[in-house]
Amino acid sequence: MSSTGGVTDNELLAVMGARQLRDHQTVFTGVGAPMMAAVLAQRLHAPRLTMVIEGGIVGPQWRPGWLPISTNEMRTAYRAQMLPGITDAFLLAQRGFLDIGFIGGAQIDRFGNVNTSFIGPVARPKVRLPGSGGANDIASLCREVIILTAHEPRRFSDAVDFVTSPGWLRGGDSRRRSGLLFGGVARVVTTLGILGFEPVSRRMRLEALHPGVTVEAVRAHTAFDLAVADRVETTTPPSDDELQILRELDPERRFIG
Amino acid sequence: MSPRLSELDFRVARQRLEAKPKSAGPKLCTVEDAVARIHDGDHVALGGILFSRTPLALIRGMLRRRPKHLTISRNLMCYEGEWCMVAGAVDRVVTSWMGIGLPWGLSRIMREYAESGRIPVEEWSHLALGLRYRAAAMGVPFLPSLTMIGSDLMRLSESETVTCPYTGETLHAVPALFPDVALIHVHRADRFGNCQIDGYRHMDADIALAAATVLVTAEQIVSEDEIRRHPDRTVIPGFVIDALVHAPYGAYPHECYGLYDSEPDHFTEYVAGIRDGGPDGAARYLNRYVYDPATHADYLALFPEARRADAARRARELVS
Repeated sequence: MSSTGGVTDNELLAVMGARQLRDHQTVFTGVGAPMMAAVLAQRLHAPRLTMVIEGGIVGPQWRPGWLPISTNEMRTAYRAQMLPGITDAFLLAQRGFLDIGFIGGAQIDRFGNVNTSFIGPVARPKVRLPGSGGANDIASLCREVIILTAHEPRRFSDAVDFVTSPGWLRGGDSRRRSGLLFGGVARVVTTLGILGFEPVSRRMRLEALHPGVTVEAVRAHTAFDLAVADRVETTTPPSDDELQILRELDPERRFIG
Repeated sequence: MSPRLSELDFRVARQRLEAKPKSAGPKLCTVEDAVARIHDGDHVALGGILFSRTPLALIRGMLRRRPKHLTISRNLMCYEGEWCMVAGAVDRVVTSWMGIGLPWGLSRIMREYAESGRIPVEEWSHLALGLRYRAAAMGVPFLPSLTMIGSDLMRLSESETVTCPYTGETLHAVPALFPDVALIHVHRADRFGNCQIDGYRHMDADIALAAATVLVTAEQIVSEDEIRRHPDRTVIPGFVIDALVHAPYGAYPHECYGLYDSEPDHFTEYVAGIRDGGPDGAARYLNRYVYDPATHADYLALFPEARRADAARRARELVS
């Protein structure tokens, strides 16, 4: 795992992801960096943030050192408020109760569409990836989706081979026209910076850089032609407080790397 | 291989259920008796999820009969899906995700069979597959949903949309899935098959109601009174169940909420065998853990009692 000034990629993603969350929100989250981001936000600025996990789990309080490796195990349900079952957990999102959905992705294109199914042709794929799991549902049903991912050229692809989880589809109003009446990808938080989408074209654009990262470096790690906002902010580096909380949650560094 | 009519047609599914006894009588039998109800070509839906409450005792029993041309479905398919591929038992796998979990990487077995086109892995979103079982459990041909719309999963699954008669909006008409057989593992049941599950329920009640034949293993067989004292905990009524087997540690080394934790080290051992030997590694595992142990007790004897006791201790700590 590469690191910037002693901060690992996953620590950076967790910190930057946490800062996207607000108090009194609900977040649909998976394991790994999204889970770390949600717990970090809860411990800092968002104590009334509620996590919903696809294993059918509402409002858990995960135990430091016992973080879950799957969205469907006893550790994930630790001190939960409710265990509604898997289908019903997702239906909370379809009803509109989920403000934010966190997903990752093997391959992402300029409109925030994510592929976790097939590299290469569907009939004879070069790589059969594990599949959607709940990612398609989160991307279809939450009010806002935030993608957390390492920023690598092979991930930020000119065209995804398969749209597992819909972003803005072909840009413009194509998402709404397809029948996806709600939601959409709001931001892509990466190891290099924070990206958003142009309001009309829905093309991905660079909005903030992590300290020490240049626009050129982001372009070099992005296979498609990336738009750049008029004003590109610089993010505040992870604080000692933020890092300390993450390291206490994951003392064996199984998730933060 | 395309789905059979019985998987999709709610009228056929209804007729099958009407023709079947809904007995309130005793259902207790052996694993061997239970799995004898699975026939070649059946669609077998597996309860639990990933490495949680997987009906492993029934799956092992099923594979020992060397079935052919099965379809298996499960929302998050763990290594039992790989076993079915390596054993030559399945023609088709229906899932939303297949692997073990982050620490174990991509499923090499799934890749080998799916990438060569030998066994199609039909992919739905997690909710869509959940709604397929739910629609079947409700006895309706489809459920309208906003999920999967616009994605390539729609095209891949040849799923259809429907126009809402009230708002004119386009919705995914998620088709019902009626399995021939459901395999379920529960915490406790009385001898009549009234089933109680602790902790998270996954999709097991929907899967049981959706299937034509339901086979259950239970950690504990309790008295009728015990069930009647806590009827609110019963998630599947006895008349739905066809066969019931007493199988303590019936999901082990997967977890069973509050009773035993999973054994990640065992998964790592299994994956290491495949890393070194490919499908042969999985076949060797099948010999040792599936084909050789004649009974569930023989299987459990492969795991030291102290190890199982530790899994039980961890589980108690996780729900306290």
